[in-house]
Amino acid sequence: MPAPPDIEAVAEEVFTALADPSRRGILAALAAGGPATATDLAASLPITRQAIAKHLALLAEAGLVAAEPGERRRVRYRLRSAPMQVAQQFLAALARDWDRQLDALQELLNEDAAPQPAPDEQGRNRS
Amino acid sequence: MGFPDRIERTVEIAHPPARVWAALTTAEGLGTWFGNAATIDLRPGGAAEMTWTSGDKASMRVERVEEPTVFGFTWGISGLPDDDPRRTYVEFTLVPTGSGTRLTVTESGFAQLPDDRHRNAFEGNTEGWASELGELVEYLDASAA
Repeated sequence: MPAPPDIEAVAEEVFTALADPSRRGILAALAAGGPATATDLAASLPITRQAIAKHLALLAEAGLVAAEPGERRRVRYRLRSAPMQVAQQFLAALARDWDRQLDALQELLNEDAAPQPAPDEQGRNRS
Repeated sequence: MGFPDRIERTVEIAHPPARVWAALTTAEGLGTWFGNAATIDLRPGGAAEMTWTSGDKASMRVERVEEPTVFGFTWGISGLPDDDPRRTYVEFTLVPTGSGTRLTVTESGFAQLPDDRHRNAFEGNTEGWASELGELVEYLDASAA
């Protein structure tokens, strides 16, 4: 068991990875289509095989993809969801809109005195 | 970077704590200002749920009920799987003021580490749809044998 990951470092690696359009494309392809080899990815993405290999190495280093043996001894890459879920914790905090929710609460209490039409649908802040 | 673990807001409300309390802790209140509908079993350990017309749903576990000053619950972190053990804790505190209520809401736990059990699940090679489908195939193969 490795040492507990520093979640801030994990989140930073995810956001760094996602900041690059080629790496976003690779991660999106693995999410959409499942494990793939560098050759598979080069065939489906507008990125050279060489660039894909470089990005995959970086993504593997960051723990965002894992290499595994594939058919005919070719290495396949599989998306690892754990770092994404850590990054999602970060995003969940940013997406929590208590300001709007508390505004809605105040509005309800202020409107309680008089009959009102049904309240507007409050935007959800949980998915 | 700074990982936001705790969110806190305070608002002054021109209504007495009893009315604010009712809005926070009744199905009618929660189903109006927060969800589009709600149910709540208002006792520590009780279940509460909010639903939205969009089809979204939030399940809560009531943790603290100290009428009319403290109401706390836990719920899952948005975007994580339903069975993820990580949950944030939301607590409302109501303080009477001359003209109404000072309401503070804190939500904490966004930066918690995955627990060991969950980390093991992360590290194992059993995650993801590919492996779920692999298990389905193995199950079907075994049944056919």
